[in-house]
Amino acid sequence: MVLLTERDRLRQSLAELAERYGKQRSSLLPILQEIQRQHYHISDYAMQVVADLLGIHPVEVFAVVSFYSFLDFKPKGRFIIRVCRTMCCHMQGKDRVARQLETDLGIGFGETTPDGRFTLEWANCIGMCDLGPALLVNDRVYTQVTPNEVHHIIEECRKVFGVHATQGQEV
Amino acid sequence: MIKSFVQKKLTFREIDPEKGLRAAMDLSPEAVIDCISDSGLKGRGGAGFPTGAKWKFCRAAKGEQKYVVCNADEGEPGTFKDRVILTRFPHLVFAGMTIAARAVGATRGIVYLRGEYTYLLGGLKKALQERRDDGRLGPAVLGGDQEFDIEIRMGSGAYVCGEETALIESLEGHRGESRNRPPFTADTGMNADPTVVNNVETFAWAACILDKGPDWFRVVGTDHSVGFKLFSVSGDIDRPGVYELPLGTTVQELLEAVGGENAKAVVIGGAAGRCVGQGEFDRKVCYEDVPTGGAVIVFGPGRDMLEVAENFLEFMCEESCGQCTPCRVGNPKLLECVRMLKDGNCSASYLREIVALGESIHAASKCGLGQSSGNVFLSIVEHFREEIMGRAVGSV
Ligand SMILES: Cc1cc2nc3c(=O)[nH]c(=O)nc-3n(C[C@H](O)[C@H](O)[C@H](O)COP(=O)(O)O)c2cc1C
Ligand code: SF4
Repeated sequence: MVLLTERDRLRQSLAELAERYGKQRSSLLPILQEIQRQHYHISDYAMQVVADLLGIHPVEVFAVVSFYSFLDFKPKGRFIIRVCRTMCCHMQGKDRVARQLETDLGIGFGETTPDGRFTLEWANCIGMCDLGPALLVNDRVYTQVTPNEVHHIIEECRKVFGVHATQGQEV
Repeated sequence: MIKSFVQKKLTFREIDPEKGLRAAMDLSPEAVIDCISDSGLKGRGGAGFPTGAKWKFCRAAKGEQKYVVCNADEGEPGTFKDRVILTRFPHLVFAGMTIAARAVGATRGIVYLRGEYTYLLGGLKKALQERRDDGRLGPAVLGGDQEFDIEIRMGSGAYVCGEETALIESLEGHRGESRNRPPFTADTGMNADPTVVNNVETFAWAACILDKGPDWFRVVGTDHSVGFKLFSVSGDIDRPGVYELPLGTTVQELLEAVGGENAKAVVIGGAAGRCVGQGEFDRKVCYEDVPTGGAVIVFGPGRDMLEVAENFLEFMCEESCGQCTPCRVGNPKLLECVRMLKDGNCSASYLREIVALGESIHAASKCGLGQSSGNVFLSIVEHFREEIMGRAVGSV
């Protein structure tokens, strides 16, 4: 039996991704988006491997990761909750929803819970202006959220972890 | 599914997307372009460039591979009509893209969908597969000699990527930093090849026009802005949602349609738009008067206009790509001034300097973001001076 380290596994899966999307520069974003989806961030090591695969400098990869607000080079929670803070949602009461999230999760905006499960962030307009306050939990959109519903949204996420949940691993 | 209110009368509901496509495939590319040019259709994404002319440039441009790109980045605060179109009428948009491909001779289509709309991806992919399965996309569209397929690429949360050259940068795998124009994308776009970039709604209207003919489209509007347009209306009104209204509708008429008669101000065009006060509600929403990509945000009597300016400037400071100094450094200065006004700390002469700075940012910025970032603030300074000056500390 061959024992693979976490890094070996990552390298393998990135090579597969590069195969699937093609090794040209224009594949960089789709590849990074997939890494983000699977690992909740893009580590230094992952950036290095992607750079090698596409034949570009790792700084180029970092420049791209740091530009886009949905790509992270620091580890984020398994669920990223993004509350829209733009005017329409603001007028519809985003502050109370935000406050309840902070209280229920015990963290402030820009922070991740110590168990690595939730990250709380602000988002700029997410296109739900007629149905605010709105927020994103990863790819899911929640509209007309009331402060009281915040609890249910968090509980819905928690179910994923089950009783034998292990935490995300740094690679 | 996310359900927005949509006004009952909606042209897109009544149109068979495939009829326009069939008509286009029976016409020569030049005739398709003429049809769009004759209709007077202008871009529905905000800038209002004549669509027929754009397609014509792209057709004339030299390049082996041409692209048709659908701008579904919809990041402007206050707009959500593209989301509604993509949810309810994806085939109309894809038919419009295929018609554009026929017109310019493109074989590859790309939808650049904002990351926030990832939840739409499943439905869109399914619609694309249906089109491939029955030959509306593929090596021979409708059995003819046109090859065309469409892929979907995701954005990653950057408003500036809605700007067409930044969008191309992003598609090519770079930071979304806007390019100088010219060269225009119709000539030098994706991988330096000729590329048509149009808004979601523009493609949908193109499909309607090919079916119903250019004269059908021209029946409403003004001299320079013809046809209907979808408006995303939100804020202090009775019925937020998507409305189809003729270009040239006055702000007052619009407010009556959405139940916002007691408005004190309306921001038209989102954070990049401008603020219209009560005295100007007779102005027309169209390219030659108050232009918009469709965002209408209504503010009731109790709203603090400085809070509006602050929120939109925070947005612009965050979303600036940072390439040019006026935009990167200037916008935070405007924001700082709004906060000084809120605290009653801004002298009239400093405000005058900041207004001049706002005009410099507009003049010296490379792309539409910096060129419009100060508009809302400047128009609020113009129309609401009595409200914003002389604030007592902590008054609001
Ligand atoms: C900062 C910025 C953001 C933009 N965002 C969008 C957008 O989200 N959707 C869009 O269709 N056009 C957007 N535009 C306009 C595009 O640059 C381009 O004009 C448009 O996609 C052309 O399509 P149209 O002619 O069909 O309107 C944006 C422009 C700027 C300057
Ligand atoms: S105006 Fe602003 S967003 Fe546009 S290129 Fe310059 S810095 Fe970037």
